[in-house]
Amino acid sequence: MIEIKNLRKSFADKTVIQDVTATMKAGQCNLIIGSSGSGKTVLMKCLVGLFQPDSGQILYDGKDFVTMTDEDRKDIRKEIGMLFQGSALFDSQTVEQNVKFPLDMFTKDSHAEKLKRVNEVLERVKLVDANKKFPSELSGGMKKRVALARAIVLNPKYLFCDEPNSGLDPQTSLIIDKLIQEVTTEYNITTVINTHDMNSVMEIGNYILYMYQGNKEWEGSNKEIIFSKNKRLNEFIFASDFLRDAKEMRMLEESGKIPEDRNMDDMIK
Amino acid sequence: MSIFKDLGRYLTMLKGMFQRPENAKMYWKEFMRQCSDIGIGSLGIVCIISIFIGAVSTLQTAYQLVSPIIPPSTIAQIVRDTVILEFAPTLTCIVLAGVVGSKIASELGNMRVSEQIDALEIMGINTKSYLVAPKILAGLLMIPFLVMLAMVLGIWGGRLAGSMTGILNTDLFDKGLRQSFVPYNVFFALAKSYTFAFIIASVPAFYGYYVEGGALEIGKASTKAVVVSCILLLFADYILSALLL
Repeated sequence: MIEIKNLRKSFADKTVIQDVTATMKAGQCNLIIGSSGSGKTVLMKCLVGLFQPDSGQILYDGKDFVTMTDEDRKDIRKEIGMLFQGSALFDSQTVEQNVKFPLDMFTKDSHAEKLKRVNEVLERVKLVDANKKFPSELSGGMKKRVALARAIVLNPKYLFCDEPNSGLDPQTSLIIDKLIQEVTTEYNITTVINTHDMNSVMEIGNYILYMYQGNKEWEGSNKEIIFSKNKRLNEFIFASDFLRDAKEMRMLEESGKIPEDRNMDDMIK
Repeated sequence: MSIFKDLGRYLTMLKGMFQRPENAKMYWKEFMRQCSDIGIGSLGIVCIISIFIGAVSTLQTAYQLVSPIIPPSTIAQIVRDTVILEFAPTLTCIVLAGVVGSKIASELGNMRVSEQIDALEIMGINTKSYLVAPKILAGLLMIPFLVMLAMVLGIWGGRLAGSMTGILNTDLFDKGLRQSFVPYNVFFALAKSYTFAFIIASVPAFYGYYVEGGALEIGKASTKAVVVSCILLLFADYILSALLL
């Protein structure tokens, strides 16, 4: 579990994160959403230690990540896996070497054991026969899978995903979302996902934190978000007429009052 | 103010390298990869430049020494000292600042921009000691070797040009090589090459490691790294000559 308490971060005289408090539980997908410039990337970078917050606490299972020593931080970081927006695969290494890298660095397993583990995780992310390929030979979706495999190869307790669907087609996005959700529940990982993809929000958002201009504007689940009365959140998630109509339909469905003259085909037209 | 800020960040980067490696075997592998990249990767250009510089030195020295009272073997003596004192260490290192420096800056810059450095940091790896230190150590090991090779090939190039053009035969050249040889000159050349090696590896590493932006900034950082390295090389060359000669 990751607890964020009164987190604040500013750059020069601009405050980017203002007193954000949230709890992200293990075994579920915790999503940080918000429009561009809302502070979600900075928040995630504070969580993984790439930025040092000005004040507040980040508790990894009760241990304060902000005030701990560098050595203690290293121990926590070994329990963190991260999937980057651009995959961040090492260009000069093959898929197998990329995934094996954390094992080489942090374990004393034999080469055969490491290879076995690499193949296990590659199979887990449904990527076979790509071991000897270089990142430049892979599609965007395949790169994301390799990055996910590398992120989970050490069985992390915490998984961070920075816009995992960016640059992917809707179908591949869905596959990546499902994979993240599956590994999260399977290994009981605390997964934090930074996204503005509404499909992901509706599909895998067990906990959603909506950021607006550096503040926590709303929190809840994917079941609650659609019925939220928060004006800013609604402006963000129902940016298109199609989604607004979908919400209307859903609410009518819930109340059992679907008008006979409206259906999904009308909305699409 | 920017120069002091850069100097501070540069020193902080160097200080950050001195930490216990997470896995010595992986650091060793990275060090060996850098040795291969810097040493073997630059071998061809160093050989070509050295041979031609030596050859041109012989021809130009012979062209200038027209006095009948100066024995022809003096040409070899001048070529030897010029190559050992200046051409092999300085010229080779200026070329290496371009070849190796731009490679180091663009490699680290690309890793920074594509978040590979962030990925390593999040894994709990000290990127300064894993990415920067092996490059500097490999430079300190390989560049003096390349400079020594440049000395030998430069003199051999001069000898070859002398005999091919008929300016002086190989026996006379060899005789000149042995005249008034000062072993301290080799020590001086090596002292220069170690200093230059540190500049060639650490300055581009600094510009690459702290690059911000995209592909355009990587190119700018790479160019800046080479320019600053070359200026620092020439400055260090002057200081060392003033101090040690």
